[in-house]
Amino acid sequence: MSRRFNTLNLLIAGVIAALALIPVYSALSGYPFLLSLFTRILILAMAAVTLNLIMGFGGMVSFGHAAYLGIGGYAVGILAKEGFNSGFLQWPVAVAASALFALAIGALSLRTRGVYFIMITLAFTQMIYYVAIGLDRYGGDDGMTIYRRSQFGGLINLSNRTVFYYLCLVLLLGTVYLVYRIVNSRFGLVIQGSRSNDRRMRAIGFPPYRYKLVCFVIGGALCGLAGALLANHTDFISPALMHWTRSGDLLVMSVLGGMGSVFGPVIGAVALLMLEETLSGLTEYWQIIIGPLFLLVVLFARGGIAGMLVGEHRG
Amino acid sequence: MLYFIEQSLNGVQLGMLLFLLAAGLTLIFGIMDLVNLAHGSLYMLGAYFAATFAAMTGSFIAGALLALIATLLVGMAVEVIAMRRLYGRDHLDHVLGTFGLILFFNELVRLIWGPAGMTLALPSEMLTAVQVLPGVYFPLYRLVIIVSTLAVALLLYVLVMRTRIGMLIRAGASNREMVGALGINIKLLYTLVFGLGAVLAGFAGLMQAPILTVQIGMGENILILAFVVIIIGGIGSIRGAFVAAMLVGLIDTVGRAFLPDLMRLFLSANAASTAGPAFSSMLIYMLTAGILVFRPEGLFPAATR
Repeated sequence: MSRRFNTLNLLIAGVIAALALIPVYSALSGYPFLLSLFTRILILAMAAVTLNLIMGFGGMVSFGHAAYLGIGGYAVGILAKEGFNSGFLQWPVAVAASALFALAIGALSLRTRGVYFIMITLAFTQMIYYVAIGLDRYGGDDGMTIYRRSQFGGLINLSNRTVFYYLCLVLLLGTVYLVYRIVNSRFGLVIQGSRSNDRRMRAIGFPPYRYKLVCFVIGGALCGLAGALLANHTDFISPALMHWTRSGDLLVMSVLGGMGSVFGPVIGAVALLMLEETLSGLTEYWQIIIGPLFLLVVLFARGGIAGMLVGEHRG
Repeated sequence: MLYFIEQSLNGVQLGMLLFLLAAGLTLIFGIMDLVNLAHGSLYMLGAYFAATFAAMTGSFIAGALLALIATLLVGMAVEVIAMRRLYGRDHLDHVLGTFGLILFFNELVRLIWGPAGMTLALPSEMLTAVQVLPGVYFPLYRLVIIVSTLAVALLLYVLVMRTRIGMLIRAGASNREMVGALGINIKLLYTLVFGLGAVLAGFAGLMQAPILTVQIGMGENILILAFVVIIIGGIGSIRGAFVAAMLVGLIDTVGRAFLPDLMRLFLSANAASTAGPAFSSMLIYMLTAGILVFRPEGLFPAATR
């Protein structure tokens, strides 16, 4: 923190300012599509930030983070279908359901480590994906349209796209701040300590399992909120919300932006999704470019964009 | 009861297929310490190659043989171009890099073969059913899958446990520096092992191709099941992979066939018909969870290999 005006902080300030101005630009330039694209970017960035809490700082590489997007989304969708439109009910349920799921799979998965953990989180997410396919009443494989966005009395109107955009922005920045506070708290130091040396943490009297589990649950719960936002944004839920490739995308965003920085995944999400948008405009076969690009990022830009600016790798 | 035997045989057949995939994955992981998500892409390529070559040569067998060679070459090329650079790095790097490869291969297949998918026709003599037990008929081709996979499993066992190259493979798994220091070309060894894994995946893909349609992304769902298999079996253990593959294949198939009926005993018919399929797809994962509680390293941890 000695260099308050380093390149990374300047970039972060620039990104936040740009994100704040998107609705203005979108309205002036007459590309309403931009607003929708960036709303999606904000929501997925939020999911990536929560993934980075458990992966970048907690050392738990979860290949199943999209599960919480799905659970949060389905909480909103199912309640809406059953006639409960209040966001004061839907959103807390989305967060609580995600937290519960994270608690259950975290308690089991954290018994394993390394590759086992990566694969087991993937497997559990696949399980919940199939559960969603089995939910005939809520659209099954095809998904289901949500006819009314979450209602917050007269407080805030989510159907106004600009309002919704700024709500997402505020929630994203709130999440970043929360994660920043968590990472720099005593709790966060224990988490980071057990990432670098689990045995030593145990030797000095901390039970890493419990700390990691709590961290895993916080990450999942916050991502559930992103899921609720995503369902409101698309007015639609389907099992594709938690397809395993989305978990992979979230991983890529975190790594591309820089896992060592709390804000890194936001930069990663903006970069990845804008790149996807540009490439898919150029060619139908854009994934043939982006796939090898992932490989190149892994091979040559391990610290991500944030890491390149800071010019150092985290230990 | 006859239905049960028939479904069990289907389960064994799925288990065999899973074993082919899991064996390659676990071999590559055990020896190179590499997590290869793109294994499913090689499975898909095996199926596409077989469908193409079979159409070109007009023979299923010739198509299958050419497909195996093509998959081997692609596998070794992937190893030399990409995988080699990932050895010794973080598992997260493997996941991301090979995730990128999946996207690449899916799109490449769409570019070359188009989005429609293909079918691989069986020779007509394969289309019959044989009587395996009095009153139990089973499609001949599925029996062929079971028998040929067993043969492959046996070959693999002999190769790894009884030959010089197998000895080098096992030595490379336990101490790669030492093997290198003894003058063995470890790079070549790794390329061969990766090629072997690719052939196993390609074989699984081409054997499955006549039963399912050959399509983009066909390798992904089965790959995740194969991951479950190696988690249950213990990563790095081929024996574990075999036992777990059988377990998963049987439970999945038999569960799908009987669970909805079983649940009808406890639930209303309506509830059972919706909950049944969902519950049976969860069955495998609940089993995995149960096993992880008691054996976090899987049934056959690699140390006892």
